[in-house]
Amino acid sequence: MKQTKKARLTAGQITLIVIGVLFFAVMLVWPLAEVLYRALKDGWALYWDAVTAENTLSALRVTLLAAAVALLVDTFFALAASWLLTRFDFRGKSLLTTLIDIPFSISPVIAGLAFIMMFGRNGLATPVVNWFNDTFGTDIALVFSIPGVVLATVFVTFPYVLRELLPVMNLQGCAEEEAAALLGAGGFTIFRRVTLPQIKWPLIYGMVLCAARAFGEFGAVYAVSKARGETFTLPLEVDALYMSGGAEAITQAFAVSSILVLLALVMLILKNIAEWRARKSAAQEE
Amino acid sequence: MRKKRNRVIPGFGLTLGITVSMLSLLILLPLASVLIRSFELTPAEFWETITRSNVVGAFQTSILCALLAAAINCVFGLILAWILVRYDFPGKRLIDGMIELPFALPTAVAGITLAKMYSDQGVLGQALSRIGIQGSYSRVGLVIALVFVGIPFVVRSIQPVLRKLPPSCEEAALTLGASRGFTFRHVILPELTPALLTGFGLALARGIGEYGSVIYISGNSAKNGTQVVSYVIMQKLNSGSADYVGAAAIALVLLAISFLLMFLLNMVQWFAARRTR
Amino acid sequence: MFLEAKELNKRFGDYEAARGVTFSVEQGKMAALLGPSGSGKTTILRMIAGLEQQDSGDIFIDGRNVNDVPAGNRGIGFVFQNYALFRYMTVYDNIAFGLKVQKKSRAEIHDRVTELIQLVGLGGLEKWYPNQLSGGQKQRVAFARAIAPGPSLLLLDEPFAAIDAKVRKELRVWLRDMIVRVGITSVFVTHDQEEALEVSDEIIILNEGRIEQMGTPADIYLHPRTPFVAQFAGNSSVVEGLSGFRGFEHLPSGQKVLIRPEFVDAFKKDNAQMQPFADRAEDGIVTGISFRGNSLEVRLEVRGVTLLTSRALERREIHLGEHMNVFLHRVYCMEGGRTQVVENELLKDVSME
Repeated sequence: MKQTKKARLTAGQITLIVIGVLFFAVMLVWPLAEVLYRALKDGWALYWDAVTAENTLSALRVTLLAAAVALLVDTFFALAASWLLTRFDFRGKSLLTTLIDIPFSISPVIAGLAFIMMFGRNGLATPVVNWFNDTFGTDIALVFSIPGVVLATVFVTFPYVLRELLPVMNLQGCAEEEAAALLGAGGFTIFRRVTLPQIKWPLIYGMVLCAARAFGEFGAVYAVSKARGETFTLPLEVDALYMSGGAEAITQAFAVSSILVLLALVMLILKNIAEWRARKSAAQEE
Repeated sequence: MRKKRNRVIPGFGLTLGITVSMLSLLILLPLASVLIRSFELTPAEFWETITRSNVVGAFQTSILCALLAAAINCVFGLILAWILVRYDFPGKRLIDGMIELPFALPTAVAGITLAKMYSDQGVLGQALSRIGIQGSYSRVGLVIALVFVGIPFVVRSIQPVLRKLPPSCEEAALTLGASRGFTFRHVILPELTPALLTGFGLALARGIGEYGSVIYISGNSAKNGTQVVSYVIMQKLNSGSADYVGAAAIALVLLAISFLLMFLLNMVQWFAARRTR
Repeated sequence: MFLEAKELNKRFGDYEAARGVTFSVEQGKMAALLGPSGSGKTTILRMIAGLEQQDSGDIFIDGRNVNDVPAGNRGIGFVFQNYALFRYMTVYDNIAFGLKVQKKSRAEIHDRVTELIQLVGLGGLEKWYPNQLSGGQKQRVAFARAIAPGPSLLLLDEPFAAIDAKVRKELRVWLRDMIVRVGITSVFVTHDQEEALEVSDEIIILNEGRIEQMGTPADIYLHPRTPFVAQFAGNSSVVEGLSGFRGFEHLPSGQKVLIRPEFVDAFKKDNAQMQPFADRAEDGIVTGISFRGNSLEVRLEVRGVTLLTSRALERREIHLGEHMNVFLHRVYCMEGGRTQVVENELLKDVSME
């Protein structure tokens, strides 16, 4: 294998590499550079104003909040579900696995729509929410509100962490957990002392992917969030600025976008670190 | 029969409870409500809603463009995966680490950026228009956006399979006198087909439902055939009358298409697993 | 009896892993569950441990029925096939795990772990991680970890399977010594008959979920009761019919018999006058000679039947095609699932020293 790699490249191979690199440069790198160029082309002052505008900061807070909650919920779910799906055999297991994957393959717009159908005007669960509000004197709204934004984000990111854990935990098998159980350890001890150290890096990897997806969610959140400056997330703020049409607003849209680009790059770097560590610890176990 | 399950590893009931209840509350119940609400229409109304010309047009656009983008991604995804696994060249690490950029970059950001890049204000848009192609606000732009969001699916599906396929396999074919082209078609491609189909299916599923990255570049014109299904659903939600039930009906068809795709994908994986076992 | 299994049954779908398995092991003894892969031996061990639940039947440990006792409370130590060491814990922490779970005091844990590390000869490796250890060292850690909490029964699943042939023999002796020294009742699973014969006090031979035979190693080896046992324990060949063999004329023709190499003797013809019973020998032709390390394996053709025997290296050289005097002392007749020892009528008085 080493030899083939080290061998001098033929013309055909160089052509392939050039095609691949060009595709990568035009399709992936160029857009990134374009965002920064358009964000800064009217000067730093405008950029800074856009980034520190009231609406932008509010959107940043909502974005971070939604992502944090989604991360917590998804991680908790992933830990429970991965334990269930890799440590036990039961009827309906493959159906369950398929159902969990649903958010991967459906349009985020449908996710937003689904929450409106549940909790919106004439929604199926609206009477329940109303009853709750009347009884406890609360004023909870599950759409067109922060909870709605959070729920929609949870929906689209739901299986992300689990997806990364399943193959790793399947591969590792459960001999070590059995050994621990035979030595008298209880479920929580086994999980904390034996399982968690094994899946640490894949777990972090999945959490990074989940967070990246949560920061960027647009379609689902767009459907359930209407109040700019209150329930808007950063992508919605970008949309609002861009659609308002003015040349200056469009530059502001790109300025706000640059925050998201920065977040995306940080996530990519974290992802690569986690992936590298996961691979390293997997190699160690050989 | 005594107690049904006396396995040593604890937590079956607990994790089953957590998994099923979270899945039901957060995913299945909201989805079911789409189904239930769309039943508020009579079959005739339902049929009328989903066969209106702009809706049918949107489905055609979404499926056609997603198919085309997924096919383009198969070609470039295969090339990228191939050079990343098999060759050494400067910048390889960087490319490998950045393949997921379209996952990480918010779709809205990608959408507005691509729209500007390929419009007549953008360098690439001007280059395209010089050869008579309109980039943004056409189906071309739509496909470009879908290629952008779909590329990681294909690369990441192929890479692990390619890594496991030892070069000695091709070398064996070459020593037997096969040409490189023949070896690729008959030795490598068959091995990669399940992974390629998986990547294609994932990119297709994503492309059919895509919203954020396409709405800015497509122009959303029913006349030009650049409205996608997600846009039509969103339009119904946001229009003054807020036609929720109509939106649910269209969403139901889109859901059915997604489930069909998921089912086909599982079949591919199942067959592949059986063949290599 | 310390460990008793009564009428254990277990099936996984179509596969019957245990069918009416009944056996017992005396206190302080080491028993081997021996059988080919798929014979159910590992499943039986896992049922004793409580890692699997039998469909029916009872298990008693020290007189107590443990059917409903969870694995962690059965007072057993288990050594896994690939050791299943906790890979993110040091050697010390691996061994200490069971004690920590029992909430023993720090000092108590320290004393016990240190004592065990000395016992298994791993002094100085306390801070090492499993991936830094050799197969033999991992085995030692696995053993120490299993006995640390002071179990009354030790179960070992193919304890030598993951170790190179060279170290395996050494480790076998070591493990045997350890178990004797600790004085713990133990049961181990193996597919290697040599291993079972060498290490255990008692062998339980399994085939397709059933017990074929139980007994001491010598008993099993010398008196196999079924063809399966005869073929499984010891290196042997099966032939159909010994027609015309001198001393076996009374056997029905076509009778299936099993022949062990150690019951076949072959001598060079040139010193026949030195062999008092040369007149009772059969004539055989050497058709194959292969080197087996400490001896030669010689293939002989006698009356159309191929026999195997081994020949010490120090004896005079023999050649392919050479005629030799062959003595066949004893065979096992196999009939209707039973096995019977049949001595050569002519050589009965020539006892095999």
